[in-house]
Amino acid sequence: MTAQAVAREEVVRAPAWSPAWISQRLQKVLLHVVVIGLTAAWMVPAIALFTSSFRHFEDINSTGWWTALAPPFKFTVDNYAKVLSSGNLGHSIFNSFMISIPATVIPTTIAAFAAYAFAWMKFPGRNYLFLALVALLAVPLQLTFVPVLKTYVSVGLVPQNWGFVGVWLAHAGYGLPFAVYLLANFFRALPSDLFESAEIDGAGTLTVFFRIVLPLSVPAIASLVIFQFLWVWNDLLVALIYVGGTENVAPVTVTLANLSNSLGQGWHLLTAAAFLSMIIPLVVFISLQRYFVRGILAGSVKG
Amino acid sequence: MASVTYDHVVKRYTADVTVVKDFNVEIKDKEFMVLVGPSGCGKSTALRMLAGLEQISEGRILIGDRMVNNVAAKDRDIAMVFQSYALYPHMSVYDNMAFPLQMQHMKKSEIDTRVRNASRILGLDNFLKRKPRALSGGQRQRVALGRAIVRSPKVFLLDEPLSNLDAKLRGQTRVELQKLHRDLQTTFIYVTHDQVEAMTMGDRIAIMNAGILQQVGTPGEIYDHPANLFVAGFIGTPTMNFVPASVSDSTAKASGFEVELPKSLPSGKGTLGFRPEAVTDRVAEGSPQFEMKVDVVERLGSDQFLYGQVGGDQVTARVDPRMAVAPGDRVKLGLDTRSMHFFDAESEQALL
Repeated sequence: MTAQAVAREEVVRAPAWSPAWISQRLQKVLLHVVVIGLTAAWMVPAIALFTSSFRHFEDINSTGWWTALAPPFKFTVDNYAKVLSSGNLGHSIFNSFMISIPATVIPTTIAAFAAYAFAWMKFPGRNYLFLALVALLAVPLQLTFVPVLKTYVSVGLVPQNWGFVGVWLAHAGYGLPFAVYLLANFFRALPSDLFESAEIDGAGTLTVFFRIVLPLSVPAIASLVIFQFLWVWNDLLVALIYVGGTENVAPVTVTLANLSNSLGQGWHLLTAAAFLSMIIPLVVFISLQRYFVRGILAGSVKG
Repeated sequence: MASVTYDHVVKRYTADVTVVKDFNVEIKDKEFMVLVGPSGCGKSTALRMLAGLEQISEGRILIGDRMVNNVAAKDRDIAMVFQSYALYPHMSVYDNMAFPLQMQHMKKSEIDTRVRNASRILGLDNFLKRKPRALSGGQRQRVALGRAIVRSPKVFLLDEPLSNLDAKLRGQTRVELQKLHRDLQTTFIYVTHDQVEAMTMGDRIAIMNAGILQQVGTPGEIYDHPANLFVAGFIGTPTMNFVPASVSDSTAKASGFEVELPKSLPSGKGTLGFRPEAVTDRVAEGSPQFEMKVDVVERLGSDQFLYGQVGGDQVTARVDPRMAVAPGDRVKLGLDTRSMHFFDAESEQALL
């Protein structure tokens, strides 16, 4: 069959119940079943967590979470009330913000400048530097804990003196290779005529960056912000290493880990706490998701 | 307003790759100069060197009396219209046109006056608030022109500005551009691969091929007196007829006919060239005549072109549109000997 014939077949529907029609239908149904199935499988833990967080302690211990979805409905918000009042979860959420926001803003800002230089400024060794940067993506971050922490301690960059600065810098470092890589690829795809036109119009390097590159790169930057924010917010390991588990500095992830130790039996409270920690990234994702979808496509297909 | 001089300009990318070779042109003040040639001939590179987007490997470029080799693009007092228009997609039409003026830190009121003036000239008044993506191709093209006009530059550079427009719009814009050139009284340098654009718009044309300037002249000069085989074949549609011929004294002998040339040439082999309009059905007394076996007939309404064989050679003829001919026919045609060209076999230079 020629390519033209295939293209035409997509426009003109095959007659009902013909073999072609049946196979078309089957393909569509199969596709939907697979997509819906995968989505459901991924959603189950979140839904289970969500329903459980509204159930009574006795119910959680005696029956499965799905029984709560059938009558009689016996929901409660006690778990949330207890978690928010008793534990230090509120303060941990504040700490998480204190960590996540600078740990997102710092690498994104640096990456934008660096990516612009990599994409559009000519300097010796540019390609080698970029290659080295991309190679850093492959370094497992666990490998860096000991040397970085030793350095921090020797220069006094510890939470007692500097608060969250240490963890900000650590997250910035871990995030930068990917951030620069993503943005540089996006910037490179911008048409070179724009830069030349701006050059003739009399715009300098910084003007081009702020007035042309940045406004055109909102989708890429938004998706980078989402990636980095989610990663920092959900991170336990880096926070544990550079911030530690002390109550007044611990972010949500660390507090939750501690809770699951101390409340091993009380996981009705744990579910509520866990769901609270999920809400923030969800809000961030949903509010920026239209950029996210465009941003993912940004490198491959120019929009 | 200024003249532009290319003085022995060379553009080399590596030791072996030279895209512009020893380029010498003087473009007069207020002239409409067209650089034309097939793609890859170096015409765009020549323009981009003038714009300051490419370094000059050798030679000098002058705008007026000032050598601009080491002057930044923004300080050359030029404006360029790109093939892709290169509009800033996130800015409104107004902001696109205001951008170069803002870069000069011009006063807001002055910017406003200039932008409104340009938009009036170009008929963009109703679109000033729109983004480029909400405009048609022709409107975008005019915004790109507007962005150049507001600066009132010394020289306008246009790099294939019409090639993204459809045929009808291209014809209209061609006329508008000439009118604009007349109104602005500024030097225009226009790069195109389209010989029709070159012939219709240029005060003078510079033809390039493979990085080498072939000929500079008015459209008439280039059409009537092509300097070499390349220029003769590049300008004119349908292309000039080329038949191998040998000449002795002032007689040229092709496979199917003989022509008496207006002057005697050194004897030898070469290529005889004559345009399709020199081959007519109006057979004049004393002029050479031959029979053509017609392969293809092209009727354009105002003209009729016959493609066929004369002796062993392919020949195109332009005949009266009312003449009834069908493919396969043999027709008797005459040759107008007033506009014959003869090119040397070795150098391909025009001897006549």
